[in-house]
Amino acid sequence: MTIIQTKSSTTNKVLNYPLNTWYVAAWDHEVTRTLISRTVADKPLAIYRTEDGRPVALADACWHRLAPLSQGKLLAKDEIQCPYHGIVYNSAGRCVSMPAQETINPSATVPSYPVVERHRFLWVWLGDATLANPDTIPDMHQMDHPDWAGDGLTIPVTCNYQLVLDNLMDLTHEEFVHGSSIGQAELSESDFEVTHDDTTVTVSRWMHNIDAPPFWLKNMRDKFSGYSGKVDRWQIIHFEAPSTINIDVGVAKAGTGAPEGDRSQGVNGYVMNTITPETARSAHYFWAFMRNYRLESQLITSQLRAGVSGVFKEDEDMLMAQQAAIDANPDYEFYNLNIDAGGLWVRRLIERMLEAEGRMATAK
Amino acid sequence: MAATNIEVWQQATVIETAAVATNIQRIVLAPASPKRAEPGSHLDLFVTIDGERRKRSYSVVDSTEDGSRVAISVLRAPLSRGGSIFMHGLQPGDTLEVTQPLQNFPLRVGAPSYVLLAGGIGVTAIVNMARVLKNLGANYTFVYAARSRERMAYLPELLALHGDNLQVHIDDEGTALSVADLVGSIDPSAELYMCGPIRLMDAVRRAWTERELNHPNLRFETFGNSGWYDPEEFLVRIPRLGVEARVPAGRSLLEALEDAGVEMMFDCRKGECGLCEVTVLALHGAIDNRDVFYSERQQQAAAKMCCCVSRAVTSRTGLEADAAAGGPAIVTIDVS
Repeated sequence: MTIIQTKSSTTNKVLNYPLNTWYVAAWDHEVTRTLISRTVADKPLAIYRTEDGRPVALADACWHRLAPLSQGKLLAKDEIQCPYHGIVYNSAGRCVSMPAQETINPSATVPSYPVVERHRFLWVWLGDATLANPDTIPDMHQMDHPDWAGDGLTIPVTCNYQLVLDNLMDLTHEEFVHGSSIGQAELSESDFEVTHDDTTVTVSRWMHNIDAPPFWLKNMRDKFSGYSGKVDRWQIIHFEAPSTINIDVGVAKAGTGAPEGDRSQGVNGYVMNTITPETARSAHYFWAFMRNYRLESQLITSQLRAGVSGVFKEDEDMLMAQQAAIDANPDYEFYNLNIDAGGLWVRRLIERMLEAEGRMATAK
Repeated sequence: MAATNIEVWQQATVIETAAVATNIQRIVLAPASPKRAEPGSHLDLFVTIDGERRKRSYSVVDSTEDGSRVAISVLRAPLSRGGSIFMHGLQPGDTLEVTQPLQNFPLRVGAPSYVLLAGGIGVTAIVNMARVLKNLGANYTFVYAARSRERMAYLPELLALHGDNLQVHIDDEGTALSVADLVGSIDPSAELYMCGPIRLMDAVRRAWTERELNHPNLRFETFGNSGWYDPEEFLVRIPRLGVEARVPAGRSLLEALEDAGVEMMFDCRKGECGLCEVTVLALHGAIDNRDVFYSERQQQAAAKMCCCVSRAVTSRTGLEADAAAGGPAIVTIDVS
């Protein structure tokens, strides 16, 4: 009997995560003189700020008996004390006090991971520290640029981080998941274009002369009071490896030249997303919605944060249900559609990063 | 870093051996399950001495990116306990049981400046750190001190790679290292990583304390095999257990007690953790404290000792001529 292979590739269902890269561990405002515990890429971290304001991420396990340092105490300067036997470490993870003896064991250290505060986030590097170059932090400059205003939140999602990337790289799901806010049939009916390089993937979609869905009609009226005509709508999805996706979204009065570059008759937002793997089956989904109009209005900032929050709750429910179905059907594979081109480039770039680190593409 | 210290044992094949200085042999190993060797890491391996397997630790001098080739370098010590003689006898094609790289001496990336201090064979723990700091473009000074030029492993390569960042001090060329000058001129925010003989490391520790520099910035690794005096044979007695044993120059007190059937508690076996502590009841001679567990005050009190590394000696100078009258040193102890 001849067996003919009918499928030329297998699309990974539970993707592993690269380690030689920057992940967001927290919002900048979460990092304070009160310790927090957060797991990033299966590494539990104790995160805090020193007295002089520097952020610190230590492994959340004391060298001695692995008690969680995040349940300990912050002392003066940059020091943290284990809650169990009082061993004190500095921000470099070096033991500075071992209460029950007169000397300090020279081996007593806990890993201190490189951290950088940028774009209103705390970024952490868990891989080879000698490769940690802050220049490779993804561009999310809209987060704190004077031309942009907005805010966001964190969603704890119980699915593999790659499912969130898939979700953001193909927005045809909006018609079905977000029908009451941003979804419309034209999303599936319009063409899209995909490009990529070594670290980025871009998916662009324009919808010409359409009715604005409720979310966008409200935004247009925030800028152009009472507007009710047709619009040209765009979604330009910018992925930057391994897990940041900034989506340039907006609508403009139809036929006023937005596709050619004149967006003055429209409203423009950036949906900033950066997804941090927590475990193989959970992620911290950090997002914000930034806009470049009506910068003075905190009301609009609050309304947009609440509105997008509601939209993303619909995604969260779908992603959790999807992960549960994946785990309940271990013998079934993923199949791919033409609309998955962006998401599949993302997977290929991440798989290359994993290969360069000598790590498996599939997580346990 | 507990997580990187899980011992994963494997076979390794000797690929290449070469003399790199007087009595120093470079040994390149090909491990069966390669793992990347971070700067500061070492291998544990089993040597065979008189038919018995004994564990030894050697710093990784250099390795390929994927860890498929790992080089160590071994000094044939004049008072070797037998391990270095075994290592010097290795030939290409021989196999050894070795661990994947273990880490007790991690290099922190991101310090404002670094001083790396290598004394003699201690250079093996420093070479890899220096290379990484050079590649990172870090602000570092590499200080390499030894008694004579022909005993300095890797000196030409290090001079070529590190140029002006390398300061060489050689006793018999009249350029001996002044610890006072070195520590006296150090930037208070610098981190100093050192590996070398106990006298050198102790002098640096004292100078560091005197200058009130930040103690966590002084990093060192000791495998507990360097003392203030040459090892000599001594006697140990445990009256409570009716034990009396000889401790030969090539055996540690802990090993001799184990040989005598005393059930001992221990962990690191290199003078760091303090678990092998014994109580000194009486002493004929002096204690050569080789641990870093006790403070200077505790060592001077001589009430307790780390039996994994510390020894009894007859004389305060370590010279035979100064040996106490009446034979070998005798330490009378009790154990936990």
